[in-house]
Amino acid sequence: MELELKGITKRFGSLVANDRIDLSVQTGQVHALLGENGAGKTTLMNVLYGLLQPDEGQILLDGKPTAFHSPKDAIAAGIGMVHQHFMLVPVFTVAENVTLGIEETRRSGLLDRRKTRGDVRELSRRYGLDVDPDALVENLPVGIQQRVEIIKALVRKASVLILDEPTAVLTPAETEDLFRIIKQLKDGGTSVVFISHKLREVQAIADTITVLRRGAVVGERPPSATEDELASLMVGRNVQLRVSKQAATPGDVVLEVADLTVADEAGRVQVNEVSFAVRAGEILGVAGVQGNGQTELCEALMGLLPTVAGRVTLDGHDLTRATPAQRLRAGVAYVPEDRQEDGLIGDFSVADNMVLDMYNQPPFASGIILNLGAIASTAAERVAEFDVRTTSTATLVGTLSGGNQQKVILARELGRELKVLIASQPTRGLDVGSIEFVHRRIVEQRDNGVAVLIVSAELDEIYALADRIAVMYEGQITGFRPPTVPAEELGRLMAGGHDETSGSFPAGDLAAPAGDLAAPAPIPGAETPGADQ
Amino acid sequence: MSDQTPAPDAPQEPQGPQEPEGPQEPEGPQEPQGPPEPAAALGEIAAASPVDPEPPASEDGWSPTGRARVIWDSVREGNSITVTLLAILAALVVGGLLNAFTNTTVLHAWGNLFSAPGNAFAQAWDTATGAYVEMFQGSIFSPHTVAALFQQASIGAAIHDGYLSAVFYPLSETCVQATPLILAGLAVALPYQAGLFNIGAQSQFIGGIIVATYLGYGVSLPFGVHVVVCVIGGFVGGAAIGWVVGELKARTGAHEVIVTIMLNYIMIYFLTYLLSFGYLMQAPHSTNQITAPIAGNAHLPLLFGSHLRINAGFLIALACALGVWWLLSRTTTGFEFRAIGKNTSAARVAGINVERNWVLVMLLAGGLAGLAGAAVVQGTDFTLNFQSYGTYGIDAITVALLGRGKAGGCVLAGLLFGALHAGAPLMQAVTSTPVDMVEVLQAVIVLFVAAPPLIRALFRLRAARAGGVGLVLSKGWNG
Repeated sequence: MELELKGITKRFGSLVANDRIDLSVQTGQVHALLGENGAGKTTLMNVLYGLLQPDEGQILLDGKPTAFHSPKDAIAAGIGMVHQHFMLVPVFTVAENVTLGIEETRRSGLLDRRKTRGDVRELSRRYGLDVDPDALVENLPVGIQQRVEIIKALVRKASVLILDEPTAVLTPAETEDLFRIIKQLKDGGTSVVFISHKLREVQAIADTITVLRRGAVVGERPPSATEDELASLMVGRNVQLRVSKQAATPGDVVLEVADLTVADEAGRVQVNEVSFAVRAGEILGVAGVQGNGQTELCEALMGLLPTVAGRVTLDGHDLTRATPAQRLRAGVAYVPEDRQEDGLIGDFSVADNMVLDMYNQPPFASGIILNLGAIASTAAERVAEFDVRTTSTATLVGTLSGGNQQKVILARELGRELKVLIASQPTRGLDVGSIEFVHRRIVEQRDNGVAVLIVSAELDEIYALADRIAVMYEGQITGFRPPTVPAEELGRLMAGGHDETSGSFPAGDLAAPAGDLAAPAPIPGAETPGADQ
Repeated sequence: MSDQTPAPDAPQEPQGPQEPEGPQEPEGPQEPQGPPEPAAALGEIAAASPVDPEPPASEDGWSPTGRARVIWDSVREGNSITVTLLAILAALVVGGLLNAFTNTTVLHAWGNLFSAPGNAFAQAWDTATGAYVEMFQGSIFSPHTVAALFQQASIGAAIHDGYLSAVFYPLSETCVQATPLILAGLAVALPYQAGLFNIGAQSQFIGGIIVATYLGYGVSLPFGVHVVVCVIGGFVGGAAIGWVVGELKARTGAHEVIVTIMLNYIMIYFLTYLLSFGYLMQAPHSTNQITAPIAGNAHLPLLFGSHLRINAGFLIALACALGVWWLLSRTTTGFEFRAIGKNTSAARVAGINVERNWVLVMLLAGGLAGLAGAAVVQGTDFTLNFQSYGTYGIDAITVALLGRGKAGGCVLAGLLFGALHAGAPLMQAVTSTPVDMVEVLQAVIVLFVAAPPLIRALFRLRAARAGGVGLVLSKGWNG
């Protein structure tokens, strides 16, 4: 079936979410819709799926104008949608989920379970989905649940399948499988609309790529288009996927951590005798699979978890027992891993969030009296400086997109005199433009002589930012490496591999310029792997 | 635009025959973003809805012509203010029906419905409205007193003989009744802003009234000083109880709801104990559980002469409300309270000492409830008996709930409930409607306020994005 959108416009108040969008999906084609968060992709698909009514424009199916007043109409017309968040009943089996809403009954009025199961099996076989119709959905991995959603759509005779950010929840292996399935669907004559903001995936799977920006189509490209070209279309300028930065010129040691041991609230040791130092003007990247103590390390450095043993010093001053407020005052900035839970107060305005950890400092307060004027004017300046997209500084932060929320945190944390910046997963869930922005700001801080500690689960990010890489595994640092280290080696360290080279590694080579510093660091982690177990 | 945008827009061609899209349906079946909301104008709304990341982050409805429409929409949407007002209206209707159909005269008339249908309805109407009319006359103003005023020969004589006071007597009573309700309501509303649910206004009230009373009759101080010392004593007595709650929560994590409820019992029995022995607080030569009256110097000064009971306690209540508002919205302390109330872990990350603020906010709340106790004993009762705490503890919660946890809301809610209390005696005297009617009205109002969907369904309002006070109820338990 051929699907065509003509001049679709959708407004919310004064905001134009979709601006005269034209899109045409050929039969058996994978059409990717590429755009940053907030570019209007999902709005467009909600229009197509009947969840929203367009203000202008029309939808044509095989050349015939059609109107969808509800998803029911869209489904009847052969459009299926797999939402980012699945619409499945966890305690039902696959077959029950598939048949839900279109239950087939036998003449006796009983559910025709056999037919549904057969349908699922048949589809599963035809497209290589490998789904057991009798499995309980709650027991299935996310990737398989997604296939159940696909089967749901296929059973309803979808000939156009919309996949909204389908890879957001998938592991790389599951993504591979999904791509294989999409290819098979395509070969079977189903058209697929693939929504994503990930360039590589789109290039890998799409036949045609339509790029949306700020609600409008900014271009259509074949998948052979270069990454750079697509990225610049998406964000409207040339994005450098690699952060351009000079070689670090580290100064004195600023943050020094010696034999730090941290237990979580339940008393389990999560960080075990970790030692490292960060110099002014360098970025230390902490790599590692999540859950190996990185979160606890950051929280302990901020004084949010008590230190069991060891020392933390900042410019030679002992901060081991300092409160979070004292650390903030001492010039430590913190970008927490979970920005909605720890970094922002969703029900507070942008302005209040901009001063969340400085509300009692001049000029924002004199004595106990808040200076609302200073808070508002500073917020306005920072919103402009950090390009936070918000209608006003009085807007509740919880209503902003993830990228803008992160910008609010950065604007706050980088808006004062800093010595140390600790950023945990600083770009998680952000789109390309925001990632670039965040990275640039972080490097800028380094160049201003701030000691930067980055914790990230994304190797790309570590490579892009770090001047020195530390790898954490089970609460210990298994090795320090320069950023030129091959990914395989980091992978080995992240999986708990012994730091074979640590003995022979001359300290000076470890971290190029900061080598002498790193010397005390790698040894404890490497020498006593698993000593606590 | 880009290279290939095939169809250069033919001017407004797509008015296809198939889609009569002129008057759009009011609502899509599912609407990812809430309708435009004048959050700034009616800042009460605690929008906690996680917004879909994709749709526009900001909705503003302030198009040049749309302003009036936005306001109307917000009314239709059933935001908190609309819901509150309609809840009061609905409660009055329910109360009226209840009153009418428990009245024997009315029931008798309905027994003869078919012979005299008009009479049945008239009786029901008269009974329901009669009670409200008397309540109004008892709490706001009564035309009879005004008529009597104008029959007097001269203004001077009228004032001297108390005719002018009679006109304002109902309003004075409303304020007198509202005073402890406002103060105790603030004692619940303030900790609520910091995420704590203070069920213990009762125990804090008792703590305050004990100290204020003791200082009232037990010490002798000069005029002017005595009353101030007693008021401060009331604050301290209540604050001490509140501090216990905060300290226990901060140090041990004990949930404030449990602690405050238990302290309520402890303080009730402690009061009874104090009043049971002459060497403690029982009045000399008395067999009743009552203290000696407090000294005249400890009485809160009357504001408008001896005929009206309205006293400085009402001013204290208003000042406290103003103080709470100022504290919450204009100070760093209030910022910390609110930050903790909205997101404790983010507050902690921002360097706010959560535990210390718990202690502080409970201390202040206890002090406010203690002031309510002082206002009662120094303003109207002048002695303390074993039931002086009345229902203030529970009423405080309803006042705070109806007031949406805001200082100004507490004043309004306190005045409303104060008026109900003030009007009840006259209502009972004239129409023989039991005073318990007031409790019913209070309960029904709160019931409706706590269930915004009910009100929306009743009045066919659209769902607002905000959770309303149902959220207040459920959220308070997060501790």
